[in-house]
Amino acid sequence: MKARIHVTLKNGVLDPQGKAIEHALGNMGFDGVEAARQGKYIELDLKSTDRASAEKEVDEMCRKLLANTVIENYSIELE
Amino acid sequence: MKSAVIVFPGSNCDRDMAVALEKITGQKPLMVWHQEYDFDKVDFIALPGGFSYGDYLRCGAMSARSHIMKEVIKRAEAGVPTFGVCNGFQILTETGLLPGALMRNAGLHFVCKDVKMTVENADTMFTSAYAAGEEITIPVAHHDGNYFADTETLDRLEGEGQVAFKYNEDINGAQRRIAGITNAKGNVLGMMPHPERMIEPALGGSDGRKLFESVMNRLG
Repeated sequence: MKARIHVTLKNGVLDPQGKAIEHALGNMGFDGVEAARQGKYIELDLKSTDRASAEKEVDEMCRKLLANTVIENYSIELE
Repeated sequence: MKSAVIVFPGSNCDRDMAVALEKITGQKPLMVWHQEYDFDKVDFIALPGGFSYGDYLRCGAMSARSHIMKEVIKRAEAGVPTFGVCNGFQILTETGLLPGALMRNAGLHFVCKDVKMTVENADTMFTSAYAAGEEITIPVAHHDGNYFADTETLDRLEGEGQVAFKYNEDINGAQRRIAGITNAKGNVLGMMPHPERMIEPALGGSDGRKLFESVMNRLG
């Protein structure tokens, strides 16, 4: 089973890298961008075939390592 | 005062810290590799600056979960004075021993210079040799020193005297110009500036010296 994890900065947390991307796109002539936020994408190949236990385990991985919940949110997709 | 410096792959201020500790305490610190599980009893634990694990995932994230940190967390929670500088501060926030997080500098640049800062609380075990409100000059060298915590946490830190140092000017976007904080108990200090690099005039100043002397005085 594959887990696809997105880690993003919480709303209200300033994202200087996202801001820099937004400005660079503007400078390149892409004037349709209102805001950019940068995050992380992590893909895991899991041994587990049981969806419920995998979900629980990946959630724990996110809380304990993959995301810093002081500043970040995460979302998990399993397939 | 017996001390230990914890060394991670990618630490690069571990020797600066060791030199400072030896000069000030008169005893060579124990150098403890991150894969160890235990080390001799010490009076003071230092987490040095650097780029442990190449800053993979987040600064300090990997180190905070290393074998040796389980022991460091146990001892810090038991009251052993524990001091993290720069990457060491990032590691302390990642372990949860200190609140908040250190994010990319607001200006996106690596900031490397001497900065003026103010001793906000001179009643901690790390700052008692300073005067309250004393202005000191200490170098910084970091890319991720932008201290972030939610408003409630910031109010609590300020209200409880847990803010040890503040920058005199905004250098990295840190909330309320916070340069260093202690835990609620007061035995864990994390700060971005490098006092171990300012311990004698030959290094450009000795404003960092009193930090180590404060701890020595406290330990007697």
